[in-house]
Amino acid sequence: MSSLVSDKPKAEAERAYDGPPDYRVVGQHGMFPELSHDEIARFNFLAHMNRHLSTQIMPGVKAAFDTRVEPQFKATQGRGFKDRHEVRKALLKDTMFQWWSALRRATMETRQQAGRWVTLRQADALNARAKALTNNDARLKLNPSLPLPRYVEAIDHHCMPGSYYTELSEGDVTGPCNYDIGIFATTGGMLGRYNDGGGQAIAAWVKKTLPGLKPRRILDIGAGLGHNVLPIAQAFPEAEVVAIDVGAPMLRYGLARAKTLGVDNVTFVQGDVSNLADLADESFDMIHSCMFLHETSFASMPKIFAETHRLLKQGGIVFHVEQPQYTPDMPLFEQAMRDWDAFYNNEPFWTKMHEVDLDTAMVAAGFAADKLIHGGVAAVVDPDVFPQAAEDTKQEDYGRKAAWHVVGAVK
Amino acid sequence: MSTIDPLALAGAKSKGKRPYFLDADVERLTNVVLVLTQELAVLRERTDTLERLLEQSGVLTRQEIETFSPTKQQADERGAWTQEYLARVFRILQQEREALTRDEASSEDVAEELAKV
Repeated sequence: MSSLVSDKPKAEAERAYDGPPDYRVVGQHGMFPELSHDEIARFNFLAHMNRHLSTQIMPGVKAAFDTRVEPQFKATQGRGFKDRHEVRKALLKDTMFQWWSALRRATMETRQQAGRWVTLRQADALNARAKALTNNDARLKLNPSLPLPRYVEAIDHHCMPGSYYTELSEGDVTGPCNYDIGIFATTGGMLGRYNDGGGQAIAAWVKKTLPGLKPRRILDIGAGLGHNVLPIAQAFPEAEVVAIDVGAPMLRYGLARAKTLGVDNVTFVQGDVSNLADLADESFDMIHSCMFLHETSFASMPKIFAETHRLLKQGGIVFHVEQPQYTPDMPLFEQAMRDWDAFYNNEPFWTKMHEVDLDTAMVAAGFAADKLIHGGVAAVVDPDVFPQAAEDTKQEDYGRKAAWHVVGAVK
Repeated sequence: MSTIDPLALAGAKSKGKRPYFLDADVERLTNVVLVLTQELAVLRERTDTLERLLEQSGVLTRQEIETFSPTKQQADERGAWTQEYLARVFRILQQEREALTRDEASSEDVAEELAKV
């Protein structure tokens, strides 16, 4: 009996571990909240729960689709699926999809609660820290009278209570702080130490694609708390970087966080990126967005593209980083699964955005068809500690994998 | 004192009508179970931390935990705790079983009876 017991740890150690790293690898910048042992354990659990859902449960949804959902549809309808919406509606009736969905939604809501508990219990301290770091700093330009775009006001994106703009008290930064500390749980650590694997990837991609580029002024639209713009600002330390977002708490937290990370060349400006009238024509060498377009709207996207065209200098580059578009060669099952976040994780424009012909939209905004740029990037993280999206073949977490497409243009 | 009450606000609902994928009651229960699963993982991690710290400081070895064999007295005490624990958790099923062999009126029925002159 005792020999069986003592053999157990050895057997466990022999299993190669491929799960998320411990939360304590997350970078502790100066705006990082205090996290207790159990609060960290909660994020560890949630990272594992998301990984379990994508590696162990989601394959069951595919199997259910192949073995019964699609055959049943064909048998009763006498034809195949005509679009992703038909696939999703058929999946909604299947128990595997229902359970995966219920658990995925519950995990997202639980993650929000876990992060909000951490930040709200120390709200006054966090807000005071942000105030001390940003007070009278010209790099924070807020506009309290800015109207919220409908696409922000209509729904709280990715089930984040209060979205990007709510202020529970004066000078509130608890919303962005919650966002920042919980990305680890949602992505299973895929975005690296400072959740900046996307920004790191963009910086490396720009340097490789345009080796001679020396941008003097860089604009990041829909910057959020700036986690992706900082690596770009660091890659071009001589550049003057402007990060635009509609949410004052994000910008306030963003500047405070950037300063504690030693990044001093970013100005955080509150604005609506479909109308940046305060910024002069042809005043930027590089304009980009990272996982932002899907949180806008069909009506605002052409205006955003037109603004980027107006603001870009001749010879300058604009690009947008997004999940891949729903092209005809993408299976309808994959399209339907990628639509999950649109309908069940409060990302309503995600579905329409991914079927839009972005090339046509860029050309309509004034960019030349022969100067469009296409590429692909995957999160760049410290490989000793973090899982690498580019090499992760064990899971396809539709829409959440840290690997993206790039579409852009040179003016 | 802060004006922000984390107990009231941490679990606030996000804007947008919530989708339900299962029978709504089953899904509500699933959400409760998920959080209990989370809290069990939190406890497990805390115990693990304790064991490692105790081992590091030489108080005990993990091997001592793995090979711990309770005395008869200790085993009985632990067994009794487990019995009590299960009885608490599954109280509703015990009561369902008792109800099978009883023919009882509800308090609502009795209220009507007792209100009569």
